Amino acid sequence: MATVDVEGVRKSYAGREVLSEMDLRMADGELICLLGPSGCGKTTLLRIIAGFVRPDAGRVVVGGADVTRLSASARRVGMVFQSYSLFPNMTALDNVRFGPRVAGLGKPEQIQRARELLDLVGLSAHEAKYPHQLSGGQQQRVALARALAVRPQVLLLDEPLSALDAKVRAQLREEIRRIQRDTGVTTVLVTHDQEEALSIADRVAVMNGGRLLQVASPATIYRAPSHGFVARFIGSGAVFSGVAEGGQVRVEHLSLAARAAAEHAHGTPVQIFIRPEKVRLQAMGGAVPDGAVSGEVCETIFLGALTRVRLSVHGTQTPLNIWADLASEHAEAFQPGSHVVAQWDPDAPRVMAGGDTAD
Amino acid sequence: MKAPIAWVFIAAFLVVCAVFLIAPTAMLAVQAVTDDDGLTLQYVATLGEYRYRVAFAHSLYLSLTSATVGVIAGGLIAFAVLKPDAPRLLRVVVTSFSAVAANFAGVPLAFAFIATLGSLGMLTTMLKNIGIDLYAIGFSLFSITGLTLVYSYFQIPLMVIIITPAIEALRPSWREAAENLGASSVQYWRMVGLPVLAPSLLAAWILLFGSAFSAYGTAYALTSGNISLVTTEISAVLSGNVSSEPQVGAALSVGMIVVMVLVLAASHILAARASRWTVKS
Repeated sequence: MATVDVEGVRKSYAGREVLSEMDLRMADGELICLLGPSGCGKTTLLRIIAGFVRPDAGRVVVGGADVTRLSASARRVGMVFQSYSLFPNMTALDNVRFGPRVAGLGKPEQIQRARELLDLVGLSAHEAKYPHQLSGGQQQRVALARALAVRPQVLLLDEPLSALDAKVRAQLREEIRRIQRDTGVTTVLVTHDQEEALSIADRVAVMNGGRLLQVASPATIYRAPSHGFVARFIGSGAVFSGVAEGGQVRVEHLSLAARAAAEHAHGTPVQIFIRPEKVRLQAMGGAVPDGAVSGEVCETIFLGALTRVRLSVHGTQTPLNIWADLASEHAEAFQPGSHVVAQWDPDAPRVMAGGDTAD
Repeated sequence: MKAPIAWVFIAAFLVVCAVFLIAPTAMLAVQAVTDDDGLTLQYVATLGEYRYRVAFAHSLYLSLTSATVGVIAGGLIAFAVLKPDAPRLLRVVVTSFSAVAANFAGVPLAFAFIATLGSLGMLTTMLKNIGIDLYAIGFSLFSITGLTLVYSYFQIPLMVIIITPAIEALRPSWREAAENLGASSVQYWRMVGLPVLAPSLLAAWILLFGSAFSAYGTAYALTSGNISLVTTEISAVLSGNVSSEPQVGAALSVGMIVVMVLVLAASHILAARASRWTVKS
C-alpha cells in the first residue's frame, strides 16, 4: 500500500478554476473522504489522482513516486465508479479477473484471484451472473472486487453508494470499511453524503468551490468546524455572524453566550455556531436569562426518537433561526406558535473568525 | 396511450403485413410451384440454370461485399466523428451527408458515378492526365467491382446512421474502467467495446445485406442488365425480355426470400451468441 500526496494541484476548465492550489496528504492505509456539495471539485481531484485528468499545475505522488505524468493504466490505482461501470458482456467472475487478465497472469491465477475477491465481497455464489442479473448493491460489490483484483496501491471510490437505496447503502458502507481494513489499502472516497463520510472515514476533507476547507477526523469536523461552510454543511445547526465581546457574541442587540468568543479580540467579527443537540428549550416565563434568547416555535419535525424544533428568534432585524433537538416525548410542549426561551452551555458554541456567513 | 387504442394500431399494422407481405409471399410461393396442370417443380428447377446461378452468385457477392465494406467503413467513420475530441461541426456535416447519401440510389446515383468514374468521367480523366489510367489497370465502373463501389456509396452512410446510437451507448466509464485496470486501447476494444457492439454490428450488416440484395435501379441503370443480378433477372422475366413465364420470376423471388431467411437465421444464431449477456425480456 502507499501514501498519497497531492501537492499544489490546480485545474481549470475553460477559464473556470475548479481546483485551486490543492494540498492533501494521505497516510498509508488511511481511508479519507472527500466531502462537499456537487461541483466543489472533489471528483476532479479524484480523477486527477486516478490519471484521467491532467492537472494544470502541481503533482500527485503515490508511494513516494511522482505519478503526475503517468497514464491511468500505469498507476496501479484501482477505481470504483459511481455507476458501477461493470463490463456488461462479462460475468461477475470475468469482470473481476479483467485486470489480472490484461496484466498477463495465467488463467488459473486470474480465476483464483477473482474468486478470492468475490468471496471477500460475499458474492461467490453469483460469479456466473452478468451485471444485469445482479442488484445495484451486488454490482457495486463486484466493481469493488474488480478494482482490488489488480492489487492497487490506492483505491479510489467515486460516490460508490449514491445510486443505491438507503438500506443497501448502509450495509455496503460497512462492508467497504471492513474490506478496506482487511486489505489495508489507502482509500479515497468521494461523497456528498455527510453521514457516509462521518461514519466511514479516518479523516474527512471538506471541500467547497475548488478549495479544501478542513481536513480532520469526523469527530473534529463535527464538533470543531474551522470554517462557516463546514459548520453549516456538516450536520445541522445555526450559524450567525456577530462580534466577539468577551465570553459572548453580539448579534444585532442580542448577546449569545459563547465562552470561545473570549479567544477573539473584543469587537472582531466572528461567526457563532450552535448544534441543535446543545440547545435547551423552556416555556417563556419571566425574564430571559443572560446569554439566552427568546423566540417563537415555527415548526417541529418528528425524527423518531428526536423531534427537531425550529425557533424564530425575537426582536432581530434579520430573521434568525435556531434549531433544537428534543427527546420526542418532551417535544409535545413546544408546538408551533408557542413562545420559548433557548439557552445552552456557554462552552457549547463554536466561534470562528470572520463575520460573513457566505461560502 | 390507452391499451384499446394501441391495439387498433397494432391490428392495422398486422392487416397491412397480411395484405402486402404475407399474402404476396404466399402467392409467389404458390405461383412458383404451379402451372395450368397443377403442381410442378419445373420453375423451381430453372433456378439451377447457369444464368440464374450466376445471377444469385453476383447478387450474393455484391451484397456480402458491399455490406461488409459498409459495416467496416461506416463503423470507423461513425466512431471517428463521435470521439469526444472530434469537432462538433464535423459530426454535424457527416450526419447530414449520411442522411442524404444513404437515400441517394437508383438512376441518379448511377448517373453521378458515370459522370465521375465512367470511362470518360471527370475523375477518370483527371487521373488519366496525371498518368493513372484506371480502365487500363483493370477497373471498370460497369463491372461487379464497379457495382460494389457504387453500392458502398449508400451502404457506408447508411451504416453511419444505423450504428451511431450504438456507439453513443458505449459508456465512457467502461473505457476508463478498462484503462484503470491496466488495459490498452486495443485490449479494451477486443474485450469490451467490440463485444458490446457486436449485436448492433450484426444487425446493421443484415440490414445492409438486405438493402444490397434487393436493390435494382442502380445496378440496372449502370450496367443495363449486362451484369446479371437476381433482381434484374426478375425484371427481365416479368417484362418478357427472356420468357413470358411469370412463374420463373416467382421462383426467383422465392429464391431471394430463401436466401434472406437463411441469412436471417444465421444472423439470429450469431446474435444470440453475441448478445447472451443482454437483458432478456
